[in-house]
Amino acid sequence: MAITRTNIMICVGTGCLATESEKVLKNLELILKARGYDKEVKIIKTGCFGFCEQGPIVKIEPENVFYVRVGPKDAKDIIDEHIIKGRRVERLLYKEPFQNEGIDKQENIPFYKKQLRVALRNCGLVNPEDIYEYIALGGYEALGKAITKMSRDEVIDTVKKSCLRGRGGGGFPTGVKWEIAKAQESQVKFIICNADEGDPGAFMDRSILEGDPHSVLEAMAIGGYAIGSDKGIIYIRAEYPLAISRLKTAISQARELGLLGKNIFDTDFNFDIDIKYGAGAFVCGEETALINSCEGKRGEPNYKPPYPAQEGYWGHPTCVNNVETFANIPSIITKGPEWFTSMGTENSKGTKVFALAGKINNVGLVEVPMGITLREIIYDIGGGIQGGKKFKAVQTGGPSGGVITENELDTPIDYDSLTGIGSMMGSGGMIVMDETDNMVNIAKFYLEFTMDESCGRCTPCRIGTKRLYEMLNKITSGKATMADLDAMKQLSYMVKDGSLCGLGQTAPNPIISTMKHFWNEYVALVTDYDNPQGEGKYEAKNKIGIES
Amino acid sequence: MKIKSLDELQKIREDHANKVKLRDSGNGESDKIEVLIGMATCGISSGARETLNAFIEELDHKKIDNVKVVTVGCIGYCHSEPIVQINIPGQSPVLYGNVKKDKVQIILDQHIVQGKPVDNLILKVDFERA
Ligand SMILES: Cc1cc2nc3c(=O)[nH]c(=O)nc-3n(C[C@H](O)[C@H](O)[C@H](O)COP(=O)(O)O)c2cc1C
Repeated sequence: MAITRTNIMICVGTGCLATESEKVLKNLELILKARGYDKEVKIIKTGCFGFCEQGPIVKIEPENVFYVRVGPKDAKDIIDEHIIKGRRVERLLYKEPFQNEGIDKQENIPFYKKQLRVALRNCGLVNPEDIYEYIALGGYEALGKAITKMSRDEVIDTVKKSCLRGRGGGGFPTGVKWEIAKAQESQVKFIICNADEGDPGAFMDRSILEGDPHSVLEAMAIGGYAIGSDKGIIYIRAEYPLAISRLKTAISQARELGLLGKNIFDTDFNFDIDIKYGAGAFVCGEETALINSCEGKRGEPNYKPPYPAQEGYWGHPTCVNNVETFANIPSIITKGPEWFTSMGTENSKGTKVFALAGKINNVGLVEVPMGITLREIIYDIGGGIQGGKKFKAVQTGGPSGGVITENELDTPIDYDSLTGIGSMMGSGGMIVMDETDNMVNIAKFYLEFTMDESCGRCTPCRIGTKRLYEMLNKITSGKATMADLDAMKQLSYMVKDGSLCGLGQTAPNPIISTMKHFWNEYVALVTDYDNPQGEGKYEAKNKIGIES
Repeated sequence: MKIKSLDELQKIREDHANKVKLRDSGNGESDKIEVLIGMATCGISSGARETLNAFIEELDHKKIDNVKVVTVGCIGYCHSEPIVQINIPGQSPVLYGNVKKDKVQIILDQHIVQGKPVDNLILKVDFERA
């Protein structure tokens, strides 16, 4: 019998693979075959569902039953009980803390209730290694529509009207960037996908590329058509082997169907995509450093202007966009800009993907409409703080951002309001800290990172981050004076003002914002180092809840 | 094979629709008709699996795609297995007994397509109680 009655969806994204989903997959396959049900039931490998904390995730369709923490030994019960006898395997259903009743449907789990999936629309829903599944869900229709039915200006106009802003951190309007790139007089132009993703704790772009690579390829081709480029480059860090292999598979499948290559949809539009690997330097995510790295030079930034859209890869106009920015494009083209602007706030439309990490119960990947509050993300979706501890702060914007405290948790999330409270949207890393975290240590953690990642091109950043780090070390080892705190504050502003690129210009932000909100913790370390007081402030002196 | 037009893309989309049609995006309630099939031991021994697959095949054959066939555990009327329950959104559920695979056709045609329950196959039970 050739027709499938049930799909067993199993996540083989990086998170679930790390908790042995590969073994679960093997066992499911073996047992299904042994029981003779492998014709009517199909196992589908998918990308990330986002609920990484509860992985490995297995979802049974069409029943829409969502199993969590499925171990290799549970495969037998899933087949024998659920598939063969139709009985839910109760113990594998997600349970809210302190509740006995399992929840079987994905949309009823609080983690998913407030989410809205646009960029992640296909993650967990398709097999990323099968282009036909992507097409079956409407894939490549946006590309077809753009190049056969719309002029280049119409495409740009649609993206402009959608008010989509860059998801790589800067928040620059994507349509405007495309317009600038199109306006350049040049035979040769490039479109680059920035998949460097160097923020500690961030894994949004990685999950999109692992779970739905075609959406990015399709969007790059649309962008190529709009700006008049026939060549795309994906710059991806070599530490993302799974994303790279899925991309390679996707590119070759798209070429086979003529969706990349010459005369796409039988028009005179040609477009192809190459992959370039980064060695995993944070600064190479900055667009001018990225372009230098693509050219085989040292990954160091250049002064802007000229902007890459004017003068980029080998001197040609180059449009650099982030993975998540691209992932939004196909739906904007098919569903129209009004659909997109119906989500979000006045100046920030659509959704944003965040990687929740740190001391939060539901570590994972979430996509929410702009305008949702931090409190909703942390408590309703994230399930609150681990171990019943008290919330202290959340860092958005990674090493370039700042901490946000309890008082500001009701701020609606968008580009402007986060900047307004001294942090930034950034690319989507969100690291939660609890009462045991010492904020000076948090600042030190980020400064150690930026110090290591400073490329050394300009002095304020190269020397400045080093000195700042040394000062922080002095403070946390109890040797600092109040004068040192002042000096550190001054130096922070000097580094911000004097540095060449965004790395140095934002590196002191963690210091500035922790000093603003947690000045007492700095002072305590200076004046009363030997007498720890307060809520266990000193407990976590040398560790915070994330791995560097 | 190269795709040369939107129509060709559409054709490929239709040809492969089967691959993804079972899946739910997880974004909320669907308005699909549900066919619930009891798959407990007694169900299986009296042919529930065959009934299940007959439903799947017939739906595919007739290209009906607003129906979701779901397996469930014991429904509790072992004397009348295989048991099939049809849930049409907005209507109260209907329970059929003794649905061997040869009964699938008529339930599909009459109840699911035309909206008229097949009276002589209905299990007479009180839903409030059951
Ligand atoms: C230090 C530094 C690191 C950056 N890292 C990334 C990154 O990993 N991914 C990314 O998309 N953008 C990164 N950016 C932003 C890029 O320079 C650029 O603004 C972005 O890729 C543009 O795409 P968008 O308009 O779609 O956001 C970084 C910027 C700086 C200053």
